Amino acid sequence: MEWVNALIQGILLGGLYALLATGLSLAFGVMRLVNLAHGDLIILAAYLALVVTNATKMNPFLSLTVVVPLMMVLGYVLQRGLLNRALRSTGVMPPLMVTFGLAIVIQNLLLEAFSADSQGLTAGPIETESITLNDQISIGVLPLLTLIVAVAILVGLELMISRTALGRAMRATADDPEAASIVGIDHRHLYATAMAIALATVAVAGVFVGVSTTFSPSDGSQGLIVAFEAVIIGGLGSLWGTLVGGVALGVAQAFGNQISPAYQILAGHLLFLAVLFFRPTGLLARRTQRQV
Amino acid sequence: MTSQPSTRDGAARFHVKQGTRASRAAAVIGMLLLAGLATLPAWGPPGTMKLLIEFLTLLALAQMWNLLAGYAGLISIGQQAFIGLGAYGLFICTDRLGFHPLLAIVVLALAVAVVALGTALFAFRLRGGYFAIGTWVIAEVFRLLVSGAKEVGAGSGTTILGLGFLGPQARLALTYWLALAVGFGSIALLAWIMRSRLGLALRAVRDSEEGAQSLGVDVLRTKKIVWVIAAVGCAVAGAVIYMNLLRIQPTAAFGVEWSARMIFIVVIGGLGRIEGPIVGALVYFALRETLSDFGSLYLMVLGLVAIAVTLLAPQGLWGLFVARFPVTLFGAHPRLEMLAADDGGPPATSQEEKR
Repeated sequence: MEWVNALIQGILLGGLYALLATGLSLAFGVMRLVNLAHGDLIILAAYLALVVTNATKMNPFLSLTVVVPLMMVLGYVLQRGLLNRALRSTGVMPPLMVTFGLAIVIQNLLLEAFSADSQGLTAGPIETESITLNDQISIGVLPLLTLIVAVAILVGLELMISRTALGRAMRATADDPEAASIVGIDHRHLYATAMAIALATVAVAGVFVGVSTTFSPSDGSQGLIVAFEAVIIGGLGSLWGTLVGGVALGVAQAFGNQISPAYQILAGHLLFLAVLFFRPTGLLARRTQRQV
Repeated sequence: MTSQPSTRDGAARFHVKQGTRASRAAAVIGMLLLAGLATLPAWGPPGTMKLLIEFLTLLALAQMWNLLAGYAGLISIGQQAFIGLGAYGLFICTDRLGFHPLLAIVVLALAVAVVALGTALFAFRLRGGYFAIGTWVIAEVFRLLVSGAKEVGAGSGTTILGLGFLGPQARLALTYWLALAVGFGSIALLAWIMRSRLGLALRAVRDSEEGAQSLGVDVLRTKKIVWVIAAVGCAVAGAVIYMNLLRIQPTAAFGVEWSARMIFIVVIGGLGRIEGPIVGALVYFALRETLSDFGSLYLMVLGLVAIAVTLLAPQGLWGLFVARFPVTLFGAHPRLEMLAADDGGPPATSQEEKR
């Protein structure tokens, strides 16, 4: 029964991890961008929500109405002004170096503005409410909500990519940017739009991280690693894979935690290494995938 | 400086000359500088020696990152794995096994070479940007394993006591000489690699992986060799760093900050050039000494400089310099030199043909 509980808690934790990974997965899927600042952008969103909730006393989930548009604008501007230039040059080096530099800048900007103290977003009673299934298993309302939101966002993105004109343009550009530009797709604008959408999911992830746990300026790297592991475990270039990867990572961590709390994070890394070794394309790889 | 006469039909008809006048001058000046610096423990203040230890070990780390990223196209942000292993290897060899520090460094270098081969099994499944984060995860695994090992002090770390028999002055002098060895050694190692078959293969791979493969270069094997060399280099430099610091903590020894420093130094100085990290390390130390009072602001400046250099001057500061004043101080500048004009000698094929 303990293990059943661990499994359920792991799946719920996986919801948060999938949410963390969505933006990274989307940016890679559309523009082959490996964004090393991804984790720090999540933490930045959490701090933005903190500023908004402190100023207006509104519920952190309501603050999304401000934080999501802000992050979308930031995403568009970052991509248009900085990342498109880095992607234009050949090789994997420039985008990695620019996003790495960006990560350092964001992290130290937050450190300068908010100090190294841990912060949290308070969302009221929802944080502790739970649904009791039996005397050993209870499901937290907040983790359940996180999982539902993660699934909803991934379903929404999948529908957008497969059904809308914007999604079609994204798929075309991901397959061949030059051919897409011949048929009239401005890839600079498209990339910036994709980044805006990616950072909208990052904003949601940041608020859920802030409500579920505490955060400090230096926590970005852990966010990046978790998101990255979820993406790789699930399979590159597949949004469903990201959900599966997040859940698999959450379950592995919950099982590790069941053995000893010290092993929680390590168990996640070991699952990641095992997937790399035995199934390097991930659990749900798209049939035609191009790494790099 | 090396020239290899090519014997076709038994007669030497051309050389490949690698050295230039500037590279010979640089070698002589480097030797004189090394000889001069080696006498420092006899007359220099300990503060200067400590600063130089830091500079030289960081230079060695940056050269290893340069070798990985600039020559083999392997962008790693997980080199701290090997720095940490070097630090803990030094602790285990000196404190637990009672080895002399020099023997300890040889032993830990061999051990890390084996570990690096093992990590390649995982890391080399990933490519490009994901390789970078993958190496970071591997470093995190080592950090977590060490943080859980009570034998080496677990999360709170440990202090190296096994060097106490040397006494403080002799320890500082030995550490300093070792730092000189790794600092100058890293430059010599890269220069040597670039003139070897491995360097030739690396340059071919850098220009075109498919092209190199079609000419018989085993691309994966070449990259793995570089991966192991860079891992051992980082481990030895890490051991020397912690011979100086003595106090080891897993979060610091396996911290991603090490990789951040290497990346800044190489990117700012110039990637894929041996001179680059030397310039970068000088700039890094100058920035650090002038801006360190500003705390996190100084790191922000470093981040912005790295972004600006990547976008505006991707060849780095040394690249900008070379664009105006073409010069090769270290490394290879191979060119063909005909010995005698004769009937139907080999046509001047590739500049870099050696065999």
